[in-house]
Amino acid sequence: MKPFTQLTGIVAPMDRANVDTDMIIPKQFLKSIKRSGFGPNLFDELRYLDEGQPGEDCSNRPINPDFPLNFPRYKGASVLLARENFGCGSSREHAPWALEDYGFRCVIAPSYADIFFNNCFKNGVLPIVQDAETVDRLFKEMYATEGYQLSVDLQAQAITTPGGEVLSFEVENFRKHCLLNGLDDIGITLQQAEAIHAYEDKRRQQAPWLFASRS
Amino acid sequence: MTAKTLYDKLWNDHLVAITDEGDALIYIDRHLVHEVTSPQAFEGLRLAGRKPWRIDANLATPDHNVPSDVNERAGGVAGITDPVSQLQVKTLDDNCDEFGIEEFQINDVRQGIVHVVGPEQGATLPGMTVVCGDSHTATHGALGAIAHGIGTSEVEHVLATQCLQQRKMKNMLVKVDGELRPGVTAKDIVLAVIGKIGTAGGTGCAIEFGGSTIRALSIEGRMTICNMAIEAGARIGMVAVDETTINYVKGRPYAPTGGNWDKAIAYWNTLHSDPGAVFDKVVELDANDILPQVTWGTSPEMVASINASVPSPEDFKEPVKRAACERALEYMGLEGGMAIRDIKLDKVFIGSCTNSRIEDLRSAAAVVKGRKIAANIKEALVVPGSGLVKKQAEEEGLDKIFIEAGMLWRQPSCSMCLAMNSDKLGAGEHCASTSNRNFEGRQGFGGRTHLVSPAMAAAAAVAGHFIDVNELLEGAQA
Repeated sequence: MKPFTQLTGIVAPMDRANVDTDMIIPKQFLKSIKRSGFGPNLFDELRYLDEGQPGEDCSNRPINPDFPLNFPRYKGASVLLARENFGCGSSREHAPWALEDYGFRCVIAPSYADIFFNNCFKNGVLPIVQDAETVDRLFKEMYATEGYQLSVDLQAQAITTPGGEVLSFEVENFRKHCLLNGLDDIGITLQQAEAIHAYEDKRRQQAPWLFASRS
Repeated sequence: MTAKTLYDKLWNDHLVAITDEGDALIYIDRHLVHEVTSPQAFEGLRLAGRKPWRIDANLATPDHNVPSDVNERAGGVAGITDPVSQLQVKTLDDNCDEFGIEEFQINDVRQGIVHVVGPEQGATLPGMTVVCGDSHTATHGALGAIAHGIGTSEVEHVLATQCLQQRKMKNMLVKVDGELRPGVTAKDIVLAVIGKIGTAGGTGCAIEFGGSTIRALSIEGRMTICNMAIEAGARIGMVAVDETTINYVKGRPYAPTGGNWDKAIAYWNTLHSDPGAVFDKVVELDANDILPQVTWGTSPEMVASINASVPSPEDFKEPVKRAACERALEYMGLEGGMAIRDIKLDKVFIGSCTNSRIEDLRSAAAVVKGRKIAANIKEALVVPGSGLVKKQAEEEGLDKIFIEAGMLWRQPSCSMCLAMNSDKLGAGEHCASTSNRNFEGRQGFGGRTHLVSPAMAAAAAVAGHFIDVNELLEGAQA
């Protein structure tokens, strides 16, 4: 996993509530057996006017001129500003894969769906929670200023606006540690192999049917 | 001892380690695997030179990409016409072979939607922790288990360590009491719950569904409710163990037997929230207030009773909700204020992990029996949830009832719930669907989904638009 430490980047809007993972990456792209290359199909049904197919070259597809990510001013954006309950719906990790592959390393929203939120941390994408009023204010500032950028510092748990305002955010220590260092959490868990074996030995006594093979 | 909730008890029983900050390592008893969210996880294992921690805890079956059409299905994996889908199903077969994981392959009679197969086989049991790379894993909580969806990184994590790193969620109780009105089913209950608390109402929580109405439901009905906990924002939905649960599990292929059965029952009988247990959130519903439900918009919380009207943007005070309503009406091609009954339909889909079990099919068949689907219904698909559900339905003659009504009787798969196989809506088509999500494009590019119960979908197929199923049930000859 790519570490996340600091980021300064253009902010792009996804200005609607309850953006679901089908919207982030439609199901036909879930047929891939790879975990990369989803960026061109991020928000596929909103970004393009036709129906996208897996493996298709997107450079000649008709783009939706009304969709903000297609506006020149948001080109190269790395921070996505969003509304309530972002990432609801399915558990597909293809959603953060697509965001990351497109170039988004950070999402700022008032709330997220649990599974999506969790999946982001496994893929070097930082989902930041700010209250709805703050997010609303950031939307207004962003719309008012072309080239609007935010700086995000994970170590300091702070967002800095172009006006110099500093907004702090919460993040669980363990997740912060893994993200800052780009750690593989399977390796971390395997350091506790003895504890897992001990649990299994105890559980086998208490609940032997959970370890019995099929009758 | 302090009173504990069902979730508290199951959490404690699966705790391998926990830090002072609350970062826990939780043991996973059962990992269900399907073709869509697993290939990258197996690839990760290979790249890191890791082996599965406990092979017998895994059970796999392909479901999302599997064709429902009998001819396409006949050729097995090689017969899948979409080469990308075919490769994904073949990759599951290859990975299960390589790592020694038990799999019910495409034309095994035990194959089906992973959330139908697990309980049907007794592979998911009360008191277990059950995970799968699919958000509808909450379904298995109906048996009194902790069950939830995970992403692909966690699929790999469970394969490699049999554990997950987690923090404990909050406890939420959704209590439904009273007797259901005629024609009202588990699906209507859960849609009404989502309508009341919203799609983020359960975020961060494990929801326990309780109350006399839930207690009176069959396990299949409870599965329908837990299945859609995620549509209320909660990763986990669960129901306490009772006699109904134990009777359901008994005799299933993977269920314990002999001395282990007795030990298991003794443990399972403790799997309920203690009197006085404290929940962080409680929501109560009166069953008598619930009428058959129909979603009108593009989020499951956009739901109304059959006798109601589609709302207008002005009905919402909050700007974000008003904008969402406006956008939803535009996408759905509906006018605010029109009667739900007047929504014209093009297709009907009966199936999915929410509603493809035998009771669902019986309930739909009871409505269409001796009737024909309306002329404006271009296609009405009935897709059983597993090979065994299909077999049972055929033994009961349900397939004939559907076929005589003009519906299509298909092979087990996820099918048009998410349109990863060739069952899709065309742009602009309205579908009465027993699935779980009405998101834009979910059932096909530009498709318009209305979530309903199997009985309501069947009634809609006959009428060609939504009607209260009771109008047909009252007229039905016993």
